[in-house]
Amino acid sequence: MNPWLSALLYILAAPVVGGLLAGCDRRLSARMQSRPGPPLVQPFYDVLKLGRKENVVARRSQNHYILFFLLLVVFTGGLFFAGADLLLVIFALTLAAIFFILGAYKASSPYSFIGAERELIQMMAYEPMVLLTAVGMYLVTRSFAVADIAGHPALLVTSLPGVFLGFLYALEIKFRKSPFDLSSSHHAHQELVRGITTEFSGPALAMIEVAHWYENVFLLGWVYLFFAAVPWLGLLAALLAFVAVILVDNVFARLKWQTALKGAWLVTLVFGFGNILALALFAPEKHQARPAPVAVAVADPSGEKPAEH
Amino acid sequence: MRRPLGGRCIESKGQRLLNIILALILVPLAAGAGMLFFRNVIGRRILAIAALLAVAGLCGALAWAPAPNGAVTLPASPHAISLVLLLAGSAISVYLFIVGWRRRDPLLVLLVLAQAGLTTWFELGPGAHAVAAQPLYVDRLAVIMALINGLVGGGICLYALGYMREYHETAHRDVPDRRPLFFALLFGFLGAMFGLVFANHLGWLLFFWELTTLCSFLLIGYTQSEEARRNARLALVMNLSGGLAFAAAVAWLYRETGVIELQAMLAVTDRAFVLLPAALLCFAGITKSAQLPFSSWLLGAMVAPTPVSALLHSSTMVKAGVYLVLRMAPLIAGTGVGLMVALVGAVTFVVASFAAITRRDAKRVLAWSTVANLGLIVLCGGIGTAEAVWAGVLLIVFHAVAKGLLFLCVGVVEHKLHSRDIEAMAGLVQRMPRVAVLMQVGMAGMFLAPFGMLISKWAVLKAVVDASPVLSVFIVFGSAATLFFWVKWMGKLVEVVTPAEPVAREADLGEAVALYGLGLATFLACLLFPLISSRLIVPYVAGVFGPTGALMGQGNVIIMVVMMALVLLFPVAFLDRGRGVRTAGAYLGGANVAGSMQFRGLAGTVQDVAIENYYLRGVLSEDWLASRGVMTATVLLAVMFILARP
Repeated sequence: MNPWLSALLYILAAPVVGGLLAGCDRRLSARMQSRPGPPLVQPFYDVLKLGRKENVVARRSQNHYILFFLLLVVFTGGLFFAGADLLLVIFALTLAAIFFILGAYKASSPYSFIGAERELIQMMAYEPMVLLTAVGMYLVTRSFAVADIAGHPALLVTSLPGVFLGFLYALEIKFRKSPFDLSSSHHAHQELVRGITTEFSGPALAMIEVAHWYENVFLLGWVYLFFAAVPWLGLLAALLAFVAVILVDNVFARLKWQTALKGAWLVTLVFGFGNILALALFAPEKHQARPAPVAVAVADPSGEKPAEH
Repeated sequence: MRRPLGGRCIESKGQRLLNIILALILVPLAAGAGMLFFRNVIGRRILAIAALLAVAGLCGALAWAPAPNGAVTLPASPHAISLVLLLAGSAISVYLFIVGWRRRDPLLVLLVLAQAGLTTWFELGPGAHAVAAQPLYVDRLAVIMALINGLVGGGICLYALGYMREYHETAHRDVPDRRPLFFALLFGFLGAMFGLVFANHLGWLLFFWELTTLCSFLLIGYTQSEEARRNARLALVMNLSGGLAFAAAVAWLYRETGVIELQAMLAVTDRAFVLLPAALLCFAGITKSAQLPFSSWLLGAMVAPTPVSALLHSSTMVKAGVYLVLRMAPLIAGTGVGLMVALVGAVTFVVASFAAITRRDAKRVLAWSTVANLGLIVLCGGIGTAEAVWAGVLLIVFHAVAKGLLFLCVGVVEHKLHSRDIEAMAGLVQRMPRVAVLMQVGMAGMFLAPFGMLISKWAVLKAVVDASPVLSVFIVFGSAATLFFWVKWMGKLVEVVTPAEPVAREADLGEAVALYGLGLATFLACLLFPLISSRLIVPYVAGVFGPTGALMGQGNVIIMVVMMALVLLFPVAFLDRGRGVRTAGAYLGGANVAGSMQFRGLAGTVQDVAIENYYLRGVLSEDWLASRGVMTATVLLAVMFILARP
């Protein structure tokens, strides 16, 4: 598909899909807790209502950061679905997350501050795995472009099982769900209040919510990439990953940040790096070291003669 | 009739290039010597500004010079100049010997004697008849280094004029005022650096190498406090050991191959002869660029006044180290030596990035970050493929401007707030809005997409994955750590705590010119990055490695530009700051008392709100990291020499 068209499709459809997924999340969680739960479209009602509320802030410029968080998340997803370079997608995602964190810093309340610190720790926890995922995909497909990776004829997950597991782990953190709801909990917690989003209300909170919808669709799109050779399998895998995240959310209690950080790094090293090591060692014919470069006597590509007397 | 005309044309072109190069080396050196005779502020200012304008003009001329490539011929006999440099080098050795003798420092004396002995033996014995046909050489890497040195280093010297006045007149009255010496050394440093990048004769290169060591020793010890003397001595010892390795490399190379020129060394086809000298030169580069196990000298160097730190970290000194490593890249690529060099860089990157998390002293964080980024460049040099070297040169460019800017900002803040604690910078956007914005620009330049360093990080990651994917694990962990310490510092700047009065005058004219100039340069380096790459870096890489394919796709450049435009919109959003919002007190878990900074807590007591960043001291320890890093890197270097032996 035309990259511009698919980016546009993402920008238009992602909030709908993301909102519905959020609705599913709430229904499913409710069922797991033996409650009926809200209607499927409740997240849309919530966001619309938030949008109509008064804009109350602790610091006057804090909402600008949130606006740019939303814009950059949309940009990230757009890049991804347009088939652009995966590393740039990750960098854009990081930039978006940094705007979110800086917004919480700007609000300068102790609770948003704790949330910001912990969000940073979470970022430090998942970032290596996310980058290694891109590296792993590159090693198999020899390209960082999402379009090329999606067009790879073989199932990526067969050569990247460890990376896939590690990525699922990072996904758990990225969704900010239990056991990694350290920075911004959906449930009442005394030491955290709402963490990073404590001081955001009304339209700003609505923007954060919508940004998360966009982000979730993009992340599930990445899960799909592991199975892109067989599209129905990809969709199924993305859906299952989503359900698994909700299940884990309801089963586990929150971790301390120390445990979360060390755990994430351990998983990254064992599954992610282990997989890449195996790829590098056992598939040498795919990426041989290129012949050693030959030194050229005169560094003059343009063919001009060195000036002499 | 045509041929002589054409010949003269080339000749005059070469002559112009030669004049520019000689002027670039000599103007700062002469200005430095002149500084010793100016005791009054005005005279020094005039001389400094005149010299800096001349250097800037020469840099411009160099940048626009047609085909800045090839050897240049000297007016005087190279042999006579070699002799002069040899005598000057001996004078340095004698001076350092006296310093070592007076301080009863056996290690220092031993190092000086070893190098002097080696050089004397070489100059009298095998090297007595060494003739370099092309003692000076200009290619695009040299041009890039010279531009960085002239523009960033020049900006720092300009900044130093105002900074040192405030330093002696208000901030540090207890420090003896030796400004003539200070500025002499500063300009001498610039001249030495120009000499270093243009030298092709390895003996000349070694002389300028040792000159930067001497200047840094004297500048770090400028305040003459106990700590300054100790740290200056540490820097001297470590860099002299690098210098000793350098001298050994020159002697070995000449004895084995009869080669005394850098370009000729790169052209030696049988690598068995040049691997050991290349390893020795890489060792020298690693000491100078403060890689583990030698990082401690650069961390100690921050006792010096801020312009010195800025100069050491951004444009001179450490950049000389990575410059040499990148020059060696084609010789060590794909060898065990290259792998060890790459590993030293990779380990340094990770260790330094994590160590930076644990510190709250702004200058120390910057120092660790410099060490980390140099680690990435050394990693690129060790890998030594075309795209790795391309990424390494990009890193040099972007790091120089952004790091220079950050140091200058921290210097100004330190003078006004009398602290360089990052926690004390809370609310800097209120107190020093302009500096705070510039500081954020510098930080963005250091780690944020789509600014410079991120472009380079993309390039480094791609180069590493292409060459040896296993090394990528160092990069991914290290860059996660860099994110952490930069964002929390940035957050401190934007955070608004107690209402504070703005500082009356943030910077004086010279300081402001340097700050805004470097701020602009950080932007321009990103905007003009495709041009810098295609005009300078790609031709250099192609010259060394042969024609290369596209190093970064057109599509990615466009994405970066779009992202840049998006980020540049951010300041625009502040134009309608506070419209349509109602301000309320932050939630403090009790009744707010005064604004958002006090609340009524248990039993009606009024509590202050204190917000402080995480430094993860429970998980990470700087000492532990540094000591393990030193051990690992020492082993790696030992293995490197074992692998390099013929």
